[in-house]
Amino acid sequence: MRIGDAKQTYEADEAIWTSSTQKFWFGLLMLILLLFPFMVDSYLLYLGCLVGIAVISATGLNILTGFTGLISLGQAGFMGVGAYTVAWLSLNTGLPFPVTLLLAGLAAAAVGILVGLPSLRVKGLYLAIATLAASVFLHFIFAEWESVTGGMGGLSLEPAHLFGLTFQSDFRMYFIIVPLAVLMVFAARNVLRTRVGRAFIAIRDRDISAEILGINLLRYKLMSFALSSFYAGVAGGLFAYFYRVVTPESFPLSMSIFYLAAVIVGGMGNLLGGILGAAFMTLVPEALKLLTAALTPFYPNAPVFMSPMLEIIFGALIVGFLIFEPHGLAEIWHRIRRFFRLWPFRN
Amino acid sequence: MSILEVSNLSLSFGGVKALQDVSFRVPENTVTTIIGPNGAGKTSLFNCISGFYKPQQGTIRYEGRELSSGIKPPKRAALGLARTFQNIALFRGMTVLDNIKLGAHVHMKSGLLGSMFYFGAVRREEMEVRREVEHRIIDFLEIDHIRRQSVASLSYGLQKRVELARALAMRPKVLMLDEPVAGMNREEKEDMARFILDIREEWGVTVLMVEHDMGMVMDISDHIAVLNFGQVITEGEPADVQNNPEVIKAYLGNSDIDSLRKKLNPEGEAA
Repeated sequence: MRIGDAKQTYEADEAIWTSSTQKFWFGLLMLILLLFPFMVDSYLLYLGCLVGIAVISATGLNILTGFTGLISLGQAGFMGVGAYTVAWLSLNTGLPFPVTLLLAGLAAAAVGILVGLPSLRVKGLYLAIATLAASVFLHFIFAEWESVTGGMGGLSLEPAHLFGLTFQSDFRMYFIIVPLAVLMVFAARNVLRTRVGRAFIAIRDRDISAEILGINLLRYKLMSFALSSFYAGVAGGLFAYFYRVVTPESFPLSMSIFYLAAVIVGGMGNLLGGILGAAFMTLVPEALKLLTAALTPFYPNAPVFMSPMLEIIFGALIVGFLIFEPHGLAEIWHRIRRFFRLWPFRN
Repeated sequence: MSILEVSNLSLSFGGVKALQDVSFRVPENTVTTIIGPNGAGKTSLFNCISGFYKPQQGTIRYEGRELSSGIKPPKRAALGLARTFQNIALFRGMTVLDNIKLGAHVHMKSGLLGSMFYFGAVRREEMEVRREVEHRIIDFLEIDHIRRQSVASLSYGLQKRVELARALAMRPKVLMLDEPVAGMNREEKEDMARFILDIREEWGVTVLMVEHDMGMVMDISDHIAVLNFGQVITEGEPADVQNNPEVIKAYLGNSDIDSLRKKLNPEGEAA
């Protein structure tokens, strides 16, 4: 229980965790994430890996859309760039996975900078259309540049490897994906509480004031695009190692919309929102399928009725969240935290 | 010596001549005020100086060097020209503290990669800025009780004060204030006037402001330039400007000078 806090130094006041309670809960979460693969079946493990990949990409998009205010429909395209980079490198060079993932991120960042160039002139929906065009263009390249991407058939790759260790199972991939997701969320947190992140938010909130404070708009917008697509590239690279096959259809336009929806449902401009949104968007369709299976013993016709309904229920849930929780899932979490902040003395 | 010198500046939007052949100077370490009726071109003049508008003719000299139109707003900020806006232009999604820290942006160096790790130099720099903001600005402007609050939740008067704090964090040489006390109550105005005088005296910053509140303008200005229909009518010390018939006519458009002189001079009225 906590009755208040007093800080002695600015360092303590600027820290990510400002109380030992927060440190305790975070440690517990890390412990659960560590033990998770030992306790669950292969299906949940598979979902855990998918959520991890989605968290990385959604965090990237949150930096761009939530914090810098630049709407992008190119996230799936950037993930594709990362995935193809990893696939090509692993087929042609045999580099270990930390190197290929880093190069995947950098390749996606380079493409992101190019796609971000129009952002100085166009904003809002117009920028969304510009990034949409870029993602269609990237899809075209994936499908047609056969000598590198393998055309419509795509590329198959070997499992990730490092120091003679290969990561062919979901169990092993989990120990790449989840620690990386945690690290990247922390990196994003650090960026957002320092000079560069403040500049991003300044551009989102009022670009004319940002300029008067000496923030070079083009430079920081492109930086945001680069960072965001770096995250997408790494996520795409993990996707490639996870499924070990990459085709143009792995990264459809609907995937970009999936990530935009994750950021909006979770809470724009809130890192926790991106994480919760990614988990929500990944898990809810699966939960609905489980629900159908659970209903089947009582209503033998459940699959017949439910399977066409799943998408509709999923859509209705998203709409419901937007209406009743416009600040996203993260806001629910903040309410719970506020309630317990000084519990039991005040609530 | 003049820190800022505007010569023969002309700016037009299509057929509208916002500024015509405007010349005036801002002596160093003074409070210089530009007054004039609505639509006289005061804010346009500010926008030319901070680089948002490109004047068709004329020059702006700052510390002896010419600010050509190639010098964009961010560069001018780095040179020491800070400003606030008539309609508050704070970052509404951020706390007071983060808004003020943004003022120090041009004096910081941290890049993207260093920020991701928040280590060593980046961390030290963040702490230095925090310390400077706390000691020099938050204490000085008496806003320590609101530093954690979101800007959107503050009253108008406090928002104006936070905007001033942000401009001070830029370590300006010339601070341009666009209507710093508009819409404030008497107490808030007195606070703001006190801050402006302290900024000039303690910080050695030259203040250039646009303001309509004649009482405050006459009280705290060292130098006044009067603008009307895009032209400078006169410039000089408050007493000279106050008694200039041209100024009185511009403001009130009337020939009954004695009664109007009283309106322009609230102290005389009180006596």
